[in-house]
Amino acid sequence: MSSNNSHILSRRAFIRNSSLAGGGLVIGFNLFQACKPKVIAEPAIDLSTLDYNDFNAFIKIADNGAVTIFSPNPEIGQGVKTSMPMIIAEELDVAWKDVYVEQGILDTENYTRQVAGGSQSIRQGWDALRQTGAKARHMLVGAAATRWGVDPSECTVSDGVISNAAGETLGYGEVVNEAALLEVPEEVELKHPKDYKIMGKDATNVDIEKITSGKPLFGLDYKADGMVYASVVRPPSFGHKLVSYDDSEAKGMPGVIDVVTIGEKVRSLLAEDPGFSSKISSSDKVVVIAETTWQAFKAKEAIKATWEEETPMESTEQHDEILTALLDGNDFNTMRSDGNVKKAFAEADQVLERTYESPFLPHNCMEPMNFFANVTEEKVHLAGPIQTPAWKAGLVAKMLGRDEKDIHLEMTRMGGGFGRRLYGDFVIEATEISDKIKKPVKVVYTREDDMEDGIYRMAIKYRIKAGVKDGKLTAYHLKEAAVNDNMYGLIPNFFPAGAVENYQVDAASYDSNITTGAWRAPYTNFLAYAEQSFFDELAEMMEVDKIQFRLDLLQNVKGTTDERIQYSPERMEEVIKLAVEKSGWGTKAAGVYQGFVNYYCHNTHVAEVADVEIENGEPVVKKITCVVDCGIVVNPTGALNQIEGGVIDGVGHSMYGELQFKDGKPMANNFDGYRLIRMREAPVVETYFVENEFSPTGLGEPTLPPAGGAVANALKAATGNRLYKQPFIKSPELLKVPEKEIIG
Amino acid sequence: MPTYQIKVNGASQTVDVSEDTPLLWVLRDHLDLVGTKYGCGIGQCGACTVHVDGVAMRSCSLTPAQVDGKSITTIEGLSENGIHPVQEAWKEVDVPQCGYCQAGQIMTASAFLENNPNPTEEDVKNAMHGNICRCASYTRIRKAVMIAADNMD
Repeated sequence: MSSNNSHILSRRAFIRNSSLAGGGLVIGFNLFQACKPKVIAEPAIDLSTLDYNDFNAFIKIADNGAVTIFSPNPEIGQGVKTSMPMIIAEELDVAWKDVYVEQGILDTENYTRQVAGGSQSIRQGWDALRQTGAKARHMLVGAAATRWGVDPSECTVSDGVISNAAGETLGYGEVVNEAALLEVPEEVELKHPKDYKIMGKDATNVDIEKITSGKPLFGLDYKADGMVYASVVRPPSFGHKLVSYDDSEAKGMPGVIDVVTIGEKVRSLLAEDPGFSSKISSSDKVVVIAETTWQAFKAKEAIKATWEEETPMESTEQHDEILTALLDGNDFNTMRSDGNVKKAFAEADQVLERTYESPFLPHNCMEPMNFFANVTEEKVHLAGPIQTPAWKAGLVAKMLGRDEKDIHLEMTRMGGGFGRRLYGDFVIEATEISDKIKKPVKVVYTREDDMEDGIYRMAIKYRIKAGVKDGKLTAYHLKEAAVNDNMYGLIPNFFPAGAVENYQVDAASYDSNITTGAWRAPYTNFLAYAEQSFFDELAEMMEVDKIQFRLDLLQNVKGTTDERIQYSPERMEEVIKLAVEKSGWGTKAAGVYQGFVNYYCHNTHVAEVADVEIENGEPVVKKITCVVDCGIVVNPTGALNQIEGGVIDGVGHSMYGELQFKDGKPMANNFDGYRLIRMREAPVVETYFVENEFSPTGLGEPTLPPAGGAVANALKAATGNRLYKQPFIKSPELLKVPEKEIIG
Repeated sequence: MPTYQIKVNGASQTVDVSEDTPLLWVLRDHLDLVGTKYGCGIGQCGACTVHVDGVAMRSCSLTPAQVDGKSITTIEGLSENGIHPVQEAWKEVDVPQCGYCQAGQIMTASAFLENNPNPTEEDVKNAMHGNICRCASYTRIRKAVMIAADNMD
């Protein structure tokens, strides 16, 4: 084991930005105007020399008052390793600069929902994390009060120091031993948001020192004594199955330790858990074991494998036809139905129907998939980047026929997740390999493995039809045709559900052998663009103002008693109005073309306005104004980072993202053939929060879906063309700017 | 296997690797310097950027022979205690999300500013265009490089 196990943790630098408060209802941030926060570089402290008392699963306090808070959830870049401990520290009432943060291990007894997914860590952790901190504070105060012989209500706390009416003080470290023996209270009073000292102020990423100085943090950096590296020869196409292989050349290459096959354990797992079959190939795979990563990669190329077609090889062309046929057919599951859309369409004065198309997308985490496993008689040690540690530990136990208590899982920081690391097919692989070779092993994907053996965002088509009678939207019918899986059950209750009297959502799917799964903001990452483009076109047909059209729809939902409706019309109205104001909607000088979107997903209300300008005859996305209602903002700098990243990711994938298949094989396998958004294409993002005291909601996903729609609507304004297909770059003829606009 | 003499972060190292081993893997697997990241292996993403005699280069695309006798700086050696102005600017702006690409971003930015101490924002965009950030922390990278430029003279 190298320095990954070091107990020397350099104290993270920490930013306070005292200029956060803006006027009135809204706190506004603009990166280029924000005043310069101060960074305090703290000296490194050897935590192993401190005498710690475990207080509860989240908190330990040393005799000298130093506090360590364990962050329970996996960190994929969404910032919870910083923000979850902030919530505990706030209620514990310690100074944030005195807090050390460590990643908790998988511990299903003491932590709940150790998952990075669905933008739920903060929302679902909110009450429990606050209570954890507050209960500890309550007990510490109780211990101090007992020592002084006073009533706890006579004591006050600030920054980890307890005071009594007589002016005596005790630090948390001085009473922690007694406090830890007290009974844990059932539920204690929590702070009012106006009294927050940590939340609402910028706290720099707790791993910032390690990230900026290149310390080991990620799964790929993880090393253990005796660890060997594995590189896996995977089926070249979806549908292929291994027949035989020749490893004679590979076995003679430098550093190669062994060549084995895996697959048996995966198949036994799939027999028990067939749901996982859309996430992993059941074919045997050839595994090269070597002393170093590069030796494993090289020897893998020297394996001569023979494959046979087990199931048909699919192509993008086929998917295109199949999805269209599904939309044209009648084989749907109805996911929500209000009124009678058929009747309303028959009676309508005007009908609009449009179809929107999206491609497969790989996740392309910057850190390629990898995982460490060491299966021994005594225990199963797993370590690496995984969004769903408990689920994977359970599968590993099942696969090996072991008790779940034998599985010890360490979560490393992840070089991105985006949904790909929910599935942990690589954990299963690493475990089967280690079990077979009886060694600690890390399986490492090449970038090509990562892109060619993905669990992709599936291709989807939406067909939306609207009926208008007497100038009013009377019918709305959304049909989804998707590869493998359809939208989850809450989505049909998003906007505009409840706003249209006759409303129906239908879904149909086609079973493919290409592995698919969740991709940042599943379904809505494409649906938002489809619906919001459609709303604009509908407003144009109805000859009504695009914003007023949306606000009028929201009026219909106010006071609804329909508990299935997921969004709040009032909160949606607020983000819309604020976005209109902050983006200068309708007041821009000639040459700036704007597109509007309002959206709700992952419990967060968002409105975005894209500004497109013409540069060298080409439309360019220059800026996105983003208004967010996520309730209380726990860590503004982290929140802004998520918002900006989500928006630019949404712009990038709607503009450029696409993975095509031919003969069951992805047509790109690295960044020379797959375009991700880069620096020059990244717009400025200007963010405004709606200020309120609602419980916080997550930000990893909800700003991504609206971005594609805002861009499409702005491009329509600039070019006169509607875009029905992602990525937009695929329709260059529709991105041309009319001559008069260039001259103008 | 052949041996090569490379100077990494000021220290001379003898490495015994096959001639096709990319510098990236020499650093990560042989010298235990894991700050330099593997992203694509074909010089497209910039995660593996190091300085070779002061020039930002993609370590995934360099053979040991190409750097034999040369002076290599990795993120670990950019400064003592991580206080290079670019690293400091990264902290001040709180740039990273997942953080995986950031060592490469910092190495690209620091070499760029060495030769372009007073860049415009356009210059910065062009200089950083070769480094992918999948989390899209681009607006913060832009800002941090501008701040570092101010603080470097």
